[in-house]
Amino acid sequence: MSTIITRRTLLAGAAATSVLPLTGAQAQAPFGVGFIYVGPVGDHGWSWTHDQGRKALEKEYGNKIKTSFIENVAEGPDAVRAIRQLAQAGDQLIFTTSFGFMNPTIQVAKQFPKIKFEHATGYQRAENVATYNARFYEGRAVIGTLAGHMSKAGQAGYIASFPIPEVVMGINAFHLAAKKVNPNFKTKVIWASTWYDPAKEADAAKALIDQGCDVISQHTDSPAALQAAEQRGVYAFGQASDMKAFAPKAQLSAIVDDWSGYYIKRVKEAMDGSWKSGDVWGGIKDGMVKLAPYNDAVSPAARAAADEVQKGIIAGTLHPFTGELKDQKGTLRLKAGETASDEMLSKMDWYVDGVQA
Amino acid sequence: MTAAILVSIFMTLAAAATPILLAALGELVTEKAGVLNLGVEGMMLCGAVAGFAVAYSTGSVALGLIAATLAGVAAAMIFALLTLGLGSNQVATGLALTIFGIGASSLIGAGFVGRTITRLGPLFPADYAAHPWLRLVFGHDAIVYLSLALVLAVSLFLRRTRAGLILRAVGENADSAHAIGYRVLAIRTAATAFGGALAGLGGAYFSLALTPMWADRLTAGRGWIALALVVFAAWKPGRLLIGAYLFGAVATFELQAKAAGWSFIAPEVLAMTPYLATIVVLTMMSLGRRTGGRDAPACLGKPFPAS
Repeated sequence: MSTIITRRTLLAGAAATSVLPLTGAQAQAPFGVGFIYVGPVGDHGWSWTHDQGRKALEKEYGNKIKTSFIENVAEGPDAVRAIRQLAQAGDQLIFTTSFGFMNPTIQVAKQFPKIKFEHATGYQRAENVATYNARFYEGRAVIGTLAGHMSKAGQAGYIASFPIPEVVMGINAFHLAAKKVNPNFKTKVIWASTWYDPAKEADAAKALIDQGCDVISQHTDSPAALQAAEQRGVYAFGQASDMKAFAPKAQLSAIVDDWSGYYIKRVKEAMDGSWKSGDVWGGIKDGMVKLAPYNDAVSPAARAAADEVQKGIIAGTLHPFTGELKDQKGTLRLKAGETASDEMLSKMDWYVDGVQA
Repeated sequence: MTAAILVSIFMTLAAAATPILLAALGELVTEKAGVLNLGVEGMMLCGAVAGFAVAYSTGSVALGLIAATLAGVAAAMIFALLTLGLGSNQVATGLALTIFGIGASSLIGAGFVGRTITRLGPLFPADYAAHPWLRLVFGHDAIVYLSLALVLAVSLFLRRTRAGLILRAVGENADSAHAIGYRVLAIRTAATAFGGALAGLGGAYFSLALTPMWADRLTAGRGWIALALVVFAAWKPGRLLIGAYLFGAVATFELQAKAAGWSFIAPEVLAMTPYLATIVVLTMMSLGRRTGGRDAPACLGKPFPAS
């Protein structure tokens, strides 16, 4: 069972439900699980992957749960209203799936102490607010390895959204992995200043290809850059989901977000009462970050190297950020053999040498 | 920058300019008849989704383009029914049409997310279309040439034909046009339909040529830029062409400069350039207008008969 609420029907819905008394947990009533998405579920990117997680929940628990979601929720006051709407509608576990929902989540959580909240990619927690995120930089290290092997020009283009730590650490992880393969590797970054504008993302890819990049990576949401790469005959990587359908020749692999395992686990805990607040940062090992099957074009050497990186990350013997590491300005960030702490990663605002950003 | 890059930049900017040019040209004709339709973004999205749905289902991009044009007309007819037929406020109805278009396209497109088609290719044979520099002229797809021909046709229609004169008369002084026997509402409806057709076609340029796929809000606000461009061009088709290509050039330059690593310009400043350029030109035009002359049709946005 699922209910779809859009922002446009939200006001009417809020008016209707606010007059209902909170009935609390009733015997055999399905367990309510709510989701707040920042984009449309049809973006085939970030919000879409969270919605895939929601669908996995429905498949796993069937009639035992009732899921609902609100899409296209703006980060800010709108979010408070949207989250409260789900809380008042009787959801007992609510996932808010964008960084900008952090303060609204905390605010609403205070008003509904019995309801449990899960905020993706944030760092503020409370008794009833947990946080979770995925170590996408691990995936970036794998595709960076592929890029290092597959780029003849020794130069990759990177379409980035905004210079926040999440994006910066992705660029660095990608570049460090490629540089390990090819010490002269260059990564050229274009800031698109948007998460989602297909035509602009495609034009950015074309500009990078014009400037001699023969591998394109991206941290924006649409498959448009892959299509441009396919058209121009260069390689690229999918973002958030397997985008092979859009670029069968160009896509070497893709970083795939898989939230279903985490959602299934947390809903089970919430239902049996063992749910506790905390912070989960899952990676390849946890199945939260996956790599799409490699393209046939990937050379045996590249394949082996990328698999090696994946194995090393899973075994814990390889950290994508291992010293000695200097930033662009020559400042020593990590001493030889030292690995980056989670705190360092979550505050990263510097670029490694060889990145043109 | 080498010549090859310059050629490539021009190809990118022509492609970026074309959908905006089409949508703006349609809106220009609509506004010349005195109708202000702010629903361009919504009509573009209707065209984009209808074009993709039909092209995907039938395998024919040409059928997709026809469907997109019809979908744009259909959306425009909703607007015409409400504003011209029932006399509702044009600004409010236009905004509602955009919101409706976003929702309707998302609903229709839900089953097409994650699919792709073979994009609309160049019109001319590969000998010309893929030639290192001949492709400057011959390397574009049919819609690019169509949009240029339409600019010429609309310009001639408005300035050199009797029908164009009547259309302008309806936009400048609806009461006088009515008094001498012209059917104001019928002419306005036709102009609105033309605007919808070109907006639909412009929208389909995204889903069939630029980024051959459907995703929610695919046009990402280009409809608003088309609306601004009509004002920018002072309701003149020739200037509209220049404006659209200028916008394409500035947007493409922004990305090329970033890719080339011109780090002495902050990326935030580069991201601002299209909008800064718009403001500068609008200001210059406004200063020029003080010395006389008036650009907007006198009856723009006013209901007929006056209530």
